[in-house]
Amino acid sequence: MKRLSRYRRHKAAGPLLLIFALLAIGTTFSVASATVKSAPTAFARTAAIEEGKQIFLKGCSSCHGLNAQGGAVAPSLIGVGAASVDFQVGTGRMPMADMSTQAMRKKPVYDAQETAALAAYVASLAPGPAVPEDSALNYQRDGSTAEGGELFRNNCAMCHNFAGQGGALTEGKYAPTLMGVEPKYIYEALITGPQSMPVFSDKTITPAEKLSLIKWIKSAEAEPNLGGATMGRIGPVTEGLLVWILGMGLLIGIAVWLTTRAR
Amino acid sequence: MTSVENKLGNAANFVDERIGAAGWVKKSLNKVFPDHWSFMLGEVCMYSFIILLLSGTFLTFWFDPSQRDVIYQGVYEPLKGLKMSAAYASTLDISFEVRGGLLMRQIHHWAANIFMAAIVAHLLRVFFTGAFRKPREFNWILGILLLTLGFVEGLFGYSLPDDLLSGTGLRITSAIIQAIPVVGTYISFFLFGGAFPGVGFIPRIFTLHVLLIPGAFLAVITIHVMLVWYQKHTQFPGVGRTEKNVVGHPILPVYMAKAGGFFFVVFGVIAFLSAVASINPIWLYGPYTPGQISAGSQPDWYMGWLDGLVRMAPPLETHAFGHTISWNILIPALIVPGIVFTGMALYPFIESWITGDKREHHLLDRPRNVPNRTALGVMSVTFVMVALINGGNDILATNFALSINQIMWFSRIGIFVLPPLAFVITKRLCLSLQRADRDLLLHGTETGRLLRLPHGEFVEVHAPISAEKAFILQSHEQSAALEIDDVDSRGVRRPGSIKNKLQRRLSKAHAVAVPKVTEQELKEIEHH
Repeated sequence: MKRLSRYRRHKAAGPLLLIFALLAIGTTFSVASATVKSAPTAFARTAAIEEGKQIFLKGCSSCHGLNAQGGAVAPSLIGVGAASVDFQVGTGRMPMADMSTQAMRKKPVYDAQETAALAAYVASLAPGPAVPEDSALNYQRDGSTAEGGELFRNNCAMCHNFAGQGGALTEGKYAPTLMGVEPKYIYEALITGPQSMPVFSDKTITPAEKLSLIKWIKSAEAEPNLGGATMGRIGPVTEGLLVWILGMGLLIGIAVWLTTRAR
Repeated sequence: MTSVENKLGNAANFVDERIGAAGWVKKSLNKVFPDHWSFMLGEVCMYSFIILLLSGTFLTFWFDPSQRDVIYQGVYEPLKGLKMSAAYASTLDISFEVRGGLLMRQIHHWAANIFMAAIVAHLLRVFFTGAFRKPREFNWILGILLLTLGFVEGLFGYSLPDDLLSGTGLRITSAIIQAIPVVGTYISFFLFGGAFPGVGFIPRIFTLHVLLIPGAFLAVITIHVMLVWYQKHTQFPGVGRTEKNVVGHPILPVYMAKAGGFFFVVFGVIAFLSAVASINPIWLYGPYTPGQISAGSQPDWYMGWLDGLVRMAPPLETHAFGHTISWNILIPALIVPGIVFTGMALYPFIESWITGDKREHHLLDRPRNVPNRTALGVMSVTFVMVALINGGNDILATNFALSINQIMWFSRIGIFVLPPLAFVITKRLCLSLQRADRDLLLHGTETGRLLRLPHGEFVEVHAPISAEKAFILQSHEQSAALEIDDVDSRGVRRPGSIKNKLQRRLSKAHAVAVPKVTEQELKEIEHH
C-alpha cells in the first residue's frame, strides 16, 4: 500500500481513478441489469416450439383441435400470435375451468417457461402480435397520465367503468377490473382483444398512447381515497345504500332513543 | 324583581309595544307536540334543508357556472392540461384547493341524499298512519310538491359540476324531454339553447338551483309547517287521547330543547358521513364530453327507480306523420311517473270517496287496522323497489355474478307480478295481525306457565294485558262498506251506475276487517 500511496498526488491519479470507477460501475450495472438475454439460437427456438406443441397437444388440443385449427367450442389459434397466448395462459384464463360465460382470471396452470413455449408454438403457426419487450413497456418514462385518462374515457370507460373497476356486459359476461393487472397484460389485451374486448391496433391507439393508458390505469390504482371511503368507486349505487343504511339508520335510531327517554 | 329581570322585562315590553306579538308568542309557547320517533322524520327533512342552504351558499363562493372552455392547471395531476368547462374546473378547485371545500361539497351532497330519504320516510309515515286525512289533504299535496321539487333540485344539483357522470344524466334528461310527442324537440332546443349539450344549460340550471327552486322550497316548507302548527299535529291513539285534544310536551322547554338538539344530531350525522365516506368523486369521472360514457352510470338513489324503468322498457317506437314517438322513453320516464305522482297527490280524496268518510281525523291509524291502504302502500313501495333494483342492474350483475339480461327480465315480469302479490300478502298479514290483537284482548298474553288441573288437564296460564294496551287495541273504529244502490228509493236507475259499482266494490274491499272485540264479548270473558 505504501508504494501505491506514494503516487496518490500524481498527475494521472485522478483521471485513472475516474476511469477505474466508471469501469467498475459499468461492469456491475451490466451484470446486474442485463438478464442474460442472448438472442435465442435457431436450435433453442425449435426446441421451444416442439415443447410448446407437446404441452398444446396435452392441455389445449381437446378444444382447439390437434393443429390449433379450432373446433365447435373453441376458436382457431392460427394467427392469434404469441401475445394472445401469453395473455390468456399467463393470466390463468386458459385453460378454461368453466365454459358458461367467459374465461376468468385465476391462478395460472402453466409456469412462465411453459407459457413461453406455448406462445412460441402458436406463433410458429402463422404470424401474429408478439409479446411486447420489457423495453417497450416503460410507461413511467414514455406515458402521460392526463392523455391516458382522456384515451381511457374515450375507449375503455364504457365497459371498464370510469375508474377501471370493471362493469357488466350482456348475458353474464363482464369487463374485468383493471386494478392490479400487470402492464404487459394490459398491453397484450389491447393488441389482441381477448373475449368480448375489441382489438385496439397500433393504428387506433399508437404504442405511445398505449403506454399513456397503462400509466393512467396505474395512477388510478394508486389514487388515494381523497374524500374518505370510496365504497368500490362504482358510482351512486353504493352511496344510496349508505344513505339509507347508515345515514337514515343512525337518524331514526337516535329519534327512537330521544322519544323513549322522554317517558 | 331583580334588576336583571327588570331590564329584560323593559326590553321585552319595548319590543311588544312595537310588534304586539306577546299574545301570540304566549299562546304558541304553550303549544303541545305529541311525542313519537316517526314524528321527527319531518324535522330531519327541515334540518337537512337548512344544512343544504348553508353548505350550498358556501359552494357558490367559488363555483363558476359557466361552460366556457378552460385548460385545467390545478393541483390534480391526472387531469392537468385537459380542456374542460369552467364549471368542472371550479368544482375541482373547490375539492382540492379551497380550504374545507371537499368536506363542504360532501356535506352538501350527503345532506341532499338524506333530505330526499327523509322526505320519502316522512311520506311513508304519513301515508301508512292515515295522517293525510281531512283536514290535512292540502298539506299532503304540499308534501308531494316538495318531493317533486326535491327531484328537480337534486337532478340540477348533481348536474352542475359538468363531470362525465352528470353530463350523462343531462343527456338522458334531454332525451326524456325530446320524447314528449311533437313539441319535445322544440322544448329541448329551448331549454338547452340549441342542440345538446350547448353552452347555456349549466348557467341556466345554476340560476334555477340556487335561486328559484330554493325560494319555492322555502315558501312551500313555510306553509307546510304553518299548516301543521295551525291544524295541530296528529297523535297515535292512547288513553286520554281524543280527536279533540293533543297530548304531548309544550314547546318550551322540553320540545324546543329536543328539537334544537335534534338539529345538531342531524348535522352531526351528515358531517360524519361527509368526513368518512366519499360522495360523487368528480375528479375520477373526468370532464364531460358527449362522446364518452362510463360503465355503471347511475343517478342518485331517488332517481334510480326512473332509470330502472327506462332500462327495462322494451324498444318500442312508432313513426307517424313525420314524427317519431319513442314509447320506450315516453312511458317509463313521463307517463308512469306522471300517474304515480298524480295518484299520490289525489289519494286522500280517492280514499275519502271510497270510504264515504268526510269527518276530521286527528288520531292516527295503526297500519294493520286499514288493510287496504297499507296493502296499497306496500304495493307501491314494491313497484318502486323493483324499478330501483333494475336501475342498478349492471352493478348487481358484476357484484353478484349474475346476468344483466336475467335481471332485466326479472324486473320486466316482476314489475307487473310482484306489486299485486305484495298487495295480497300485506292485506292478509294485516288481517292476521288484527286477529292477533283480538286474541290478545280476549285471552291476554301467554305466560309460558303450564298448569295441571286436578283432573289431569294441562292449561297454559294467560295474563291479561294492561289497560293502556287494551285501550290501544280496541280504540280504532270499524265502519261498514258503503251501501250504494243502483236504483233510488222509487225504483228508478240512478245515473253513473259504473261509478257506483266501482265505489261499492272498492268500499267493500276497504271495509274488510276482523271484527273488533265488543263490550259483550269482554264481559263474557270476565265471567270465564
